[in-house]
Amino acid sequence: MVTSVTSFSRTGLSDWLIQRVTSLVLLAYFIVIAYQLVGSVDYTSWRLLFDQTWMKVFTLMAALSLVAHSWIGLWSVFTDYLTERMLGPKGNIIRLLSQLGASLALFGYVIWVVVIIWS
Amino acid sequence: MLEVSLYRYNPETDEAPYMQDFSVDTSGRDLMVLDVLELIKADYDGSVTYRRSCREGVCGSDGLNMNGKNGLACVTPLSETVKGEKLVIRPLPGLPVIRDLVVDMSLFYAQYEKVQPYLQNPSPAPAIERLQSPEERAQLDGLYECILCACCSTSCPSFWWNPDRFIGPAGLLQAYRFLADSRDTATEERLGKLDDPFSVFRCHGIQNCVNVCPKGLNPTKAIGHIRTMLLNRAT
Amino acid sequence: MRTISFDGVIVGGGGAGMRAALQLAQSGYKTAVISKVFPTRSHTVSAQGGITCAIASADPEDDWRWHMYDTVKGSDYIGDQDAIEYMCSVGPEAIFELEHMGLPFSRTEEGRIYQRPFGGQSKNFGEGGQAARTCAAADRTGHALLHTLYQNNIKNETVFFNEWFAVDLVKNQDGAVVGVIAICIETGETVYVKSKATVFATGGAGRIYASTTNAHINTGDGMGMALRAGVPAQDMEMWQFHPTGIYGAGTLVTEGCRGEGGYLVNKDGERFMERYAPNAKDLAGRDVVARSMVLEILEGRGCGPNGDHVKLKLDHLGEDVLESRLPGICELSRTFAHVDPVKEPIPVVPTCHYMMGGIPTNVHGQALTVDASGNDTVIPGLYACGEVACVSVHGANRLGGNSLLDLVVFGRASGLFIEKSLRDGIELRDASQTDIDAAGSRLEALNARASGEQVAPLRHELQEIMQNHFGVFRTGEFMREGIAKLDDLRTRVENVALADRSNAFNTSRIECLELQNLFETAEATAIVAEARDESRGAHAREDFTERDDENWLCHSLYQGESKKVSKRSVNFTPQTVETFQPMARSY
Repeated sequence: MVTSVTSFSRTGLSDWLIQRVTSLVLLAYFIVIAYQLVGSVDYTSWRLLFDQTWMKVFTLMAALSLVAHSWIGLWSVFTDYLTERMLGPKGNIIRLLSQLGASLALFGYVIWVVVIIWS
Repeated sequence: MLEVSLYRYNPETDEAPYMQDFSVDTSGRDLMVLDVLELIKADYDGSVTYRRSCREGVCGSDGLNMNGKNGLACVTPLSETVKGEKLVIRPLPGLPVIRDLVVDMSLFYAQYEKVQPYLQNPSPAPAIERLQSPEERAQLDGLYECILCACCSTSCPSFWWNPDRFIGPAGLLQAYRFLADSRDTATEERLGKLDDPFSVFRCHGIQNCVNVCPKGLNPTKAIGHIRTMLLNRAT
Repeated sequence: MRTISFDGVIVGGGGAGMRAALQLAQSGYKTAVISKVFPTRSHTVSAQGGITCAIASADPEDDWRWHMYDTVKGSDYIGDQDAIEYMCSVGPEAIFELEHMGLPFSRTEEGRIYQRPFGGQSKNFGEGGQAARTCAAADRTGHALLHTLYQNNIKNETVFFNEWFAVDLVKNQDGAVVGVIAICIETGETVYVKSKATVFATGGAGRIYASTTNAHINTGDGMGMALRAGVPAQDMEMWQFHPTGIYGAGTLVTEGCRGEGGYLVNKDGERFMERYAPNAKDLAGRDVVARSMVLEILEGRGCGPNGDHVKLKLDHLGEDVLESRLPGICELSRTFAHVDPVKEPIPVVPTCHYMMGGIPTNVHGQALTVDASGNDTVIPGLYACGEVACVSVHGANRLGGNSLLDLVVFGRASGLFIEKSLRDGIELRDASQTDIDAAGSRLEALNARASGEQVAPLRHELQEIMQNHFGVFRTGEFMREGIAKLDDLRTRVENVALADRSNAFNTSRIECLELQNLFETAEATAIVAEARDESRGAHAREDFTERDDENWLCHSLYQGESKKVSKRSVNFTPQTVETFQPMARSY
């Protein structure tokens, strides 16, 4: 049985809203990055950019948005395809394992981002 | 001659479904697909099984998949669906097949019932009708005309994957039909029941439903309205 | 065979059946509906124009007595006046109930239910000109009504046996009806459904004709079961031919088109109804309009290369009116006539539409028979409502919009009466195994038969006989030929072969059983039509062109076993108004 227990916010509306808001954050972040990349980028300017606090906060925000956004998206994909209806009795186990894998990966990414920008 | 390839499956005799070919003499007439099925049942093979009733597109019995697209057999002329010389008829996808072109629609009906598809208004009814302006009534156009043929829901991938949890375009169209009715007072309760991650929000706006609806209705738009109502309620 | 028991069983999930079921379910009695299709696929869904009732929206002065006058006149005076009085006076209450249930009626600027003019409607007992009395939900009133009733049955938790087919009535040793034998189409299981009250709401039988507005499922199952069980049939010669079936396809174009201002034209573009009905013109009674159309065609003024149809002109109404008031018609016309009514007239021809006759009942839905001395007696346990019943509110010709009213009013009345009877206590003796076996014998024989003719050609032959010999105009000699052909057909139909013997969703088996029901209905029609040697309402004889009130101001009554036709008197004693005396009927 597929349930809402592992969904991000447990309500459809919040998930839907979070996915839209986080996509806006990500869009804004990538526009900033793209703007930087359009001019010539070297190590020093790149380093300078990420030394500023607003950029550190912004990057962390983008990373967290990415986590929320991907969790909602992946949860949707997993509960579509990795189910007992699609895969037989093993469906639930496969889905839980995939969700575990995905959550570990996303957690790893956040730690990695924190380590890079705050160290 | 029209080459017709029919999906056949009799649970009592067949291990697995198969396609059976018929060469049907249509005498060059632009028949409806249902007429072709009637011809096959009368003249070729009486065991061919399908549902039909009104034969004019209002009862919703004969929703089928014709050359890859869902529609009502009785209002789909050959000229519209046959490209080349071949007509492939399959049952509506995504629901269990009972026999040949007949599918088990229990899941579909269960989703319909889930939205409480009836007017709710506990206040004492007046001695005459409840008044409703033509503008208020116009809100129901494009909603109440649904014939429950299931062409939309069975063309929706989200419904294929979660037919027990996602209400699907047909059920949601009816959910909105009552949300939009000025005479219904159960809006809050109705919305409360729709706010889980599956019922409404599995709609990803693919719009297959809009593409196949034989009555020209737009469930995606109705789903959008429900989402807006949920949003307004939460903020 | 398994037995399932209910307080009330309704056979048929159309408007009448679901209205009766709703009434019973609301009262808390264990109620089941047996329907051979999912209920919203029933033929009520095809009703278009509306439901006629004096709710005084279009005209605040409107009076149900005016509606009653129109209905009595429309029936050509063989509608029972007590029943018509009941229908027209209770009607408004029944309509308002439907609205409260959620039926999405079209609206007036005042917010009330929209009413449109229909044929045969007048104000002030025919003196005040055309009335607008047909309550409408665009041109999808039947659809809106049927879905609303299904929805409210869901709300009240009625038990539905969907895609179950009732085979025959079970009668106990006292001759009382105590349920039906039914097949689950999906599994093929046969069950005895036992009930204290069995309600037939099985609808019409338009499929006895080759050309009909009726759905494939309208096969007279209730008539077949009734006639086999010794229940008489009343006024079976009275078949309504709807003036506007789409030429070639047979699909219905509502009378509401003419109500909204459309009119019929012949090949010269002449509005010919002005000649036949100078006052009401295109909104005369349906029998009058249908006959006029056939006369135009016979006299060489028909349209098309074969001159075999006329045209319904709507384009002068403008696209806005057509798309808002008649959207379904535009759709049907484009699909089946390849004609856009916004631009061109629709080719139409009179097409078999409605069975005015049926199982005789009183206003409570109780099925009636007559005893040896000609007195009405109630058949215990059996009720009928809707098209299969003959209360009789339609007599020899039904007015447009009265069928939907008939089915909600008498579906409701049956439910109310059964509820009261159940509360008072219904004692019927149980059916014995022999009784149950007797009811199952037809199915048993079909399943056992090894040879015989195929169902489709037999059905085709039956429909052609009825179409050719018992159409809009009838003559004695030609009808006797038709009856002889039916005689020949009877044994062949009784011995129809079942090619497919599987159990799962075997529609061939159902079609064989339906064919036998069609045949019973057709034969009753044929024999009574030949017997009534006068012209009245929809029954037009070329050899007896006049109405004969001296001999035939009465119902016909047909017994299936003896094939005998007798007469039953018409009720002329309404309770609250004066009797409407028979008069010459002109529009």
